Amino acid sequence: MPTAARAQDALAEAVFTRRPRSFMYDAWRGLLRSRSAIAGGVVLALLILLAIIAPLISSYDPTAVALRTRLQPPSASHFFGTDEFGRDILTRVFYGARISLPVGLIALAIGVSLGTLVGLIAGFYGKAVDALLMWMVDVLLAFPGLLLALLVVAILGVDLRNVMIAVGVSMIPRFARLVRGTVLSAKENLYVDAARAIGVPERRILVRHVLPNVISPVIVLGTLSLGVTILTAAGLSFVGLGAKPPSPEWGAMIAEGRQFLQRQWWIGTFPGVAILLTVLAVNLIGDGLRDALDPRMRV
Amino acid sequence: MGRYLARRIIYLVVQVFCVATIVFLLLRLVPGDPARAVLGENATGEQVATVRHQLGLDRPLLIQYGRWMGHIVRGDFGASILSGRPVLTDVRQRIGNTIELIVLSTFISLLVGIPLGIIAALRANRTEDYTLSSAAMLGLSLPSFVVGSVLLLIFALKLHWLPPSQFVSWQENPGQHITLLVLPVVTLAASTTAVILRMTRSAMLEVIRQDYIRTARAKGLGERVILLRHALRNAVNPVVSVTGLELASLLGGTVIVETIYGWPGLSSLLLSGVRSRDYPVVQGVVLVIAVLTILINLLVDLAYGVLDPRIRHE
Repeated sequence: MPTAARAQDALAEAVFTRRPRSFMYDAWRGLLRSRSAIAGGVVLALLILLAIIAPLISSYDPTAVALRTRLQPPSASHFFGTDEFGRDILTRVFYGARISLPVGLIALAIGVSLGTLVGLIAGFYGKAVDALLMWMVDVLLAFPGLLLALLVVAILGVDLRNVMIAVGVSMIPRFARLVRGTVLSAKENLYVDAARAIGVPERRILVRHVLPNVISPVIVLGTLSLGVTILTAAGLSFVGLGAKPPSPEWGAMIAEGRQFLQRQWWIGTFPGVAILLTVLAVNLIGDGLRDALDPRMRV
Repeated sequence: MGRYLARRIIYLVVQVFCVATIVFLLLRLVPGDPARAVLGENATGEQVATVRHQLGLDRPLLIQYGRWMGHIVRGDFGASILSGRPVLTDVRQRIGNTIELIVLSTFISLLVGIPLGIIAALRANRTEDYTLSSAAMLGLSLPSFVVGSVLLLIFALKLHWLPPSQFVSWQENPGQHITLLVLPVVTLAASTTAVILRMTRSAMLEVIRQDYIRTARAKGLGERVILLRHALRNAVNPVVSVTGLELASLLGGTVIVETIYGWPGLSSLLLSGVRSRDYPVVQGVVLVIAVLTILINLLVDLAYGVLDPRIRHE
């Protein structure tokens, strides 16, 4: 076989046997193109690592009272100083990541799963189901984010678990609307008509052919919303409706530091910086993902 | 336009009715006995019965619902369990303070966010754009309770340029009232400005790449005219849309700012209601905020038609 023909075959084989690029591959490549997203990823990974290895890198107990060392400024033995009960702020910030990050993530998971479910059903089944579900979402939208969260806490009571539910519920409308819109356009695709024509059951069409279209925008909006859920949950703890003392939750720590703002600035400042870094990192990753996967949403 | 407005007003009434129903159901969704939730576990049976009667929980559900709607329509939001004062009296006293915060912070956000967004778009991918976009990202990521605490520390406690957390009404001392407004308004405006800046930048970038902008430039129109009459006019709708969303979210979001600065607004009233499980207060404030949100959404929708004649609301 001549060399040119062999090269053609090799090319054809390479082209036709190449696996289609996966969604994860696109997302990863897109993220690697954005320097700010990489910076956000590094900061977030570091925060998660510190949260995991907190007991290994700090010998202090995050909740034990040590009155002898109370209100000490940052020093070699306490890098971030101590609070009114003598607890090491640095240790509490590390342990706080074990609360604030999962709280934000679980709240987001509640909002994403319920919102996606509502949007999928409304968009796919249409007509009365769509009208009813979207009308319910519209009514929910009359209660702006934090208000809805406050309302849920008012019903369920003051508790960190209820904060997660509250913040999650306040996230439902944005995901429901996004998913419904995506489903409405996805179900117009020819392959959906083809699947229906060959007798594929509706539920299977929904799961196998429509749902994959929703994943990319939901991941983008989900990443962009993680900062909001972390901030809202910390905000609820800040106003005393979330984590209770002596929990090292960041919002609650900032609230504790308020009365010492003038003289012992370090008590509230370092948890504040931790929240800022976390939300900034998440937002940078979210922006990078959005640019990579769904440039139409670019702001 | 008239027909659209009539339809929207009918929808608004239905929406308010639904919101009122949800707020009514709020008390019934409380796990266990709401009266015991109000009073705590140590309350006597007699005390619980009194609060149950006060909350109207001792009647059949439909009767409770009818009475609730009847009272709401007449502007009777019930009385606080703790203070015994009519909820509407407290709402009336505080609503102005919250609206003042929201309107001023939104105004400042627009005043700062739109010009900076335009500059970022016109200088896209240059130093000015990177600086402004980074600042906006920082503004979005900063929690209001951190911004508020830092501003309070610097400007009130260290530099003594502005008074610390307190409240003086406009009637008592207009000058002091305005100085006291500065920190809460700036705190609230920080994230809203960031959102408006990002949206203006994005909308302007989209518009200034359009053919008609190139045509306007080609026929020799001045940059100012191109920018203000051709570009901004077409980029303004997404900015209005996001401003409406921000206004609505500020209605719920003032709770943190009101807490930090001791500002007696609607959100702090709601917060004290939630903390003490004073359900009539929670119901009254939530209903008022929800109705205000619905009204803001209506005004934003109407503004689209005014700002962009292509949207005729037919």
